[in-house]
Amino acid sequence: MSIAPAKILASLSINGSVVECAFNPNKTLLEVLREDVGLTGTKHGCEMGHCGACTVIVDDLPVLSCLTLAVESIGHEIRTIEGVARDGVLHPVQRALAESGGAQCGYCTPGIIMSAVALLEQNPAPTREDVAQGLSGNLCRCTGYTKIIEAVENASAELRSAR
Amino acid sequence: MSDERTVGDERIVSTATNPDIDAAGFTADTKVDSILISADPHPATKPEGFSVVGKALPKTDAWSKVTGAALYADDIVLPRMLHGKLLRSTQAHARIKSVDASRAFELPGVVAVMTGADLRVKYGILPSSPDEEVLACDKVRYVGDPVAAVVADDELTAEEALELIAVEYEPLPAVMSIDAALRTDLPKLHDNPRRTNNVHKEVHLEFGDMDAGFAAAVKVFEDEFFFEGNTHAPMEQHSVVASAGADGKLTIWASTQTPHYLHRIAAQVLQMPASRIRVIAPPVGGGFGGKTEPFAHELVAAFLARKTGRPVKITLTREEVFFAHRGRHPVKMKIRTGVKSDGTITACHLQTWLDGGAYGSYGVATTYYTGALATVTYKIPAYKFDGCRVFTNKPPCGPKRGHGTTQPRFAFECHIDKIADALGLDAAEYRKRISVDANTTTVNGLRVTSCGLRECLDAAEKRSRYAEKRKMLTKGKGIGIAASAYLCGAGLAIYWNEMPHSGAIVKVDRGGGVTIYCGTSDCGQGSESMLAAIVAETLGVDVMDVSVCASDTDLTPVDLGSYSSRVTFMAGNAARQAADGVREKIAQVASEKLDVPIARIGFARRRVFDVADPAKSLSFLEAAQAAEARFGTLAAPGSYAPPRHNPDFKGSGVGPSPAYSYSVCVAEVDVDLETGEVLVERITLAHDVGRAINPDSVEGQIEGGVYMGIGEALMEESAFRGIEHKIPNLLDYKTPTSLDMPPIETIIIETNDSEGPYGAKEAGQGPLNPVIPAIANAVAHAIKGRVYATPITSDKVLRALDADGGAVLRVRRAPAHA
Ligand code: FES
Ligand code: FES
Repeated sequence: MSIAPAKILASLSINGSVVECAFNPNKTLLEVLREDVGLTGTKHGCEMGHCGACTVIVDDLPVLSCLTLAVESIGHEIRTIEGVARDGVLHPVQRALAESGGAQCGYCTPGIIMSAVALLEQNPAPTREDVAQGLSGNLCRCTGYTKIIEAVENASAELRSAR
Repeated sequence: MSDERTVGDERIVSTATNPDIDAAGFTADTKVDSILISADPHPATKPEGFSVVGKALPKTDAWSKVTGAALYADDIVLPRMLHGKLLRSTQAHARIKSVDASRAFELPGVVAVMTGADLRVKYGILPSSPDEEVLACDKVRYVGDPVAAVVADDELTAEEALELIAVEYEPLPAVMSIDAALRTDLPKLHDNPRRTNNVHKEVHLEFGDMDAGFAAAVKVFEDEFFFEGNTHAPMEQHSVVASAGADGKLTIWASTQTPHYLHRIAAQVLQMPASRIRVIAPPVGGGFGGKTEPFAHELVAAFLARKTGRPVKITLTREEVFFAHRGRHPVKMKIRTGVKSDGTITACHLQTWLDGGAYGSYGVATTYYTGALATVTYKIPAYKFDGCRVFTNKPPCGPKRGHGTTQPRFAFECHIDKIADALGLDAAEYRKRISVDANTTTVNGLRVTSCGLRECLDAAEKRSRYAEKRKMLTKGKGIGIAASAYLCGAGLAIYWNEMPHSGAIVKVDRGGGVTIYCGTSDCGQGSESMLAAIVAETLGVDVMDVSVCASDTDLTPVDLGSYSSRVTFMAGNAARQAADGVREKIAQVASEKLDVPIARIGFARRRVFDVADPAKSLSFLEAAQAAEARFGTLAAPGSYAPPRHNPDFKGSGVGPSPAYSYSVCVAEVDVDLETGEVLVERITLAHDVGRAINPDSVEGQIEGGVYMGIGEALMEESAFRGIEHKIPNLLDYKTPTSLDMPPIETIIIETNDSEGPYGAKEAGQGPLNPVIPAIANAVAHAIKGRVYATPITSDKVLRALDADGGAVLRVRRAPAHA
């Protein structure tokens, strides 16, 4: 029994697959991803749009999933941290972060990676300032951002040289 | 990943462009080198001899963290799991006349409710102050104090049900400041018949001859400082899942830095044998000291999981994390120091007043810590300390990175700069002159062993070009220096016992894989990678061959937890001892098989070999299997207890540590003389870590400490409006973002501590401490006036400028729209 409104059945396009799921229409995309789809890689640090931990990519743009209703995402392409590595191969941003020690507690990391991936897709050759700007909505309490920014710069160089 | 190269005695750990330094002496915003300097008194164990220690390897958990695969407490979902919520007090100080949760219980979807009456047991992390209740019974003591709880099928229902709980309060006057707490005409938060006011703890200690010290002084300096409270704000909100098995055994998964203490206190509060409770700490999403004691939500979840027979999850909202707090104490400080004309300290008297918030927490220890480490940085021959912690109707304060030492370090380092100025001494040279020496004992009986403070001062000064810039900078630009020391674990456990502080078991499987079992909790500092590196180094295997099984009270020997920077030193030593136990067995078998004396058996690159003739070798796997055939199961325990060097006085348990780390920070700032805004342009931080087991991790800890120091110096504050926390959210509680971080140059100093595992000390907390006073000293240099309270916000800077007549010097720019 629950006082929540009746669930709706919807198809969401997540990480290239269509996922059919039932959820309460008042739920945020963050809640549906974590609770109804089982994709717990997306984190939360505030659920108020302040910290960036819940960042996912919707139609190529970084979006705070805690401020997005899941119903708004129907018909859009959603990408989460679970869809960043392809066929077991890490995205250069992931690899650079792992190798540089840019993930300490790792709790901000999924959100940071989603912001960074979106940034590099929009701007393949960002300056250090562009990277800092692109990540300024993602709070990290562990690293001081230094290694994160370096990792994104390294990943961007790697992506460009692979092109 | 970082490269390494050796230049003289400096190992350059990461390759990057050299900082370009412009004509004004400031660096452009480029990447900077991180250097590693060996000040190793035992050069026989140079890092070149190691195959894992000293290498900048990725952390063992990096892969699970960059893919979203790491499961934190709130990611755990169990079948039939219920969701819990806490009702929190709307009053700062009130007697509870009644709590009626019957209407909440009737709400469809609600499975159970709980009030204070259900579990009337007092507890506290320190056995000396058991003043907390799981849910408030008779009284609430701060806005946010938990009063009742609900579990329901889903979170929304639980939240809705909270509104149906009726609490009748009889409000009492709220005590909201240190001064109010010292008054005798306000109600006491806790009934303590020995007190007439809200003082929680007083400490009075005196060492050496104070009268003679002050009599010998040529000058006496006195200052007053205030350090504002602030909070950890880990990115992960605290979360717990509790589940009672059909056999009655309770399992608690909690985002905790101290699974062992949660285990102990859960047994005590739930009144069940500890052997029937298992505590597991999944990866912790940041702690910084904020997750080092049991919280109401954890005990509520455990109680209700047993009561309902269903798993219960409770995850705090961000606002509740601000209420749970246990953050940095606001501290008022007075220092009086006597010096000779050359600056030599003859005596020092430090007084501290700590605003403790509503409960004891670690506060007794914090109070001692505001005084204990004052003597570990500079030579002080006579020292007096008076500390006083008070209760106020605010969220309880506790340990935050630097626990109790951060505030007096700010005060002391500002004070030292003022003394240097008044005596016409260079602030960096002066510090070198009065630095403590290695292998000495302080006046309050603390044993200092390895000490790289002078090396840190030298390196930070040289790399930042401190002396030169100190002379040439124009008003508005400033450079400041500060130093500090920190513990490598507390010498005493928080509850009295004679057992080890850390235990580990190392086991080798038949495929050559090695597992280490240890009770440490990894909150991002990299404790698991550290354990893997130490075991891999000792057994000569690859780090990736080592699995770490940590923080599970059923499976792992006790480690007291991730606090007081103890893990590398203590768990690292336990791990090394356990690995040595296995190594001995393998070495014995290998010596027979290879017909080589046992002393000549070496371990590296997955081989066990004759160090005189490495061609004579066995694979690690062959050797391990032969050892298992000979000795049976190939495993060994290890443990570590710090040496007991406690001097004989009450309170002597706080301060002793098996070793101290040293840090020096040079901060460069640009102060806008019109707006008072402070911009940190560059930080140079030299840290004596003993030995960098993993230089990348050490650098990461230093950078994180610098970041947090910048936040505390310039913006972070636990502010209250009336009785309420003014800004319990991550937007208004300002923390530095990626746009606020200056280039950071880290310098790792290695002194190879003779008792540390492979010579290692600590890096998690020490590097934060000098950052705040270095920034304060840089601001003072820039504005020729001083801000005596943190955070150093624009308004305070402008007032300091005005006080100094600086207003006259301010350049008024025409408004943009004019
Ligand atoms: S959880 Fe969405 S911004 Fe913090
Ligand atoms: S790594 Fe911990 S918050 Fe970023």
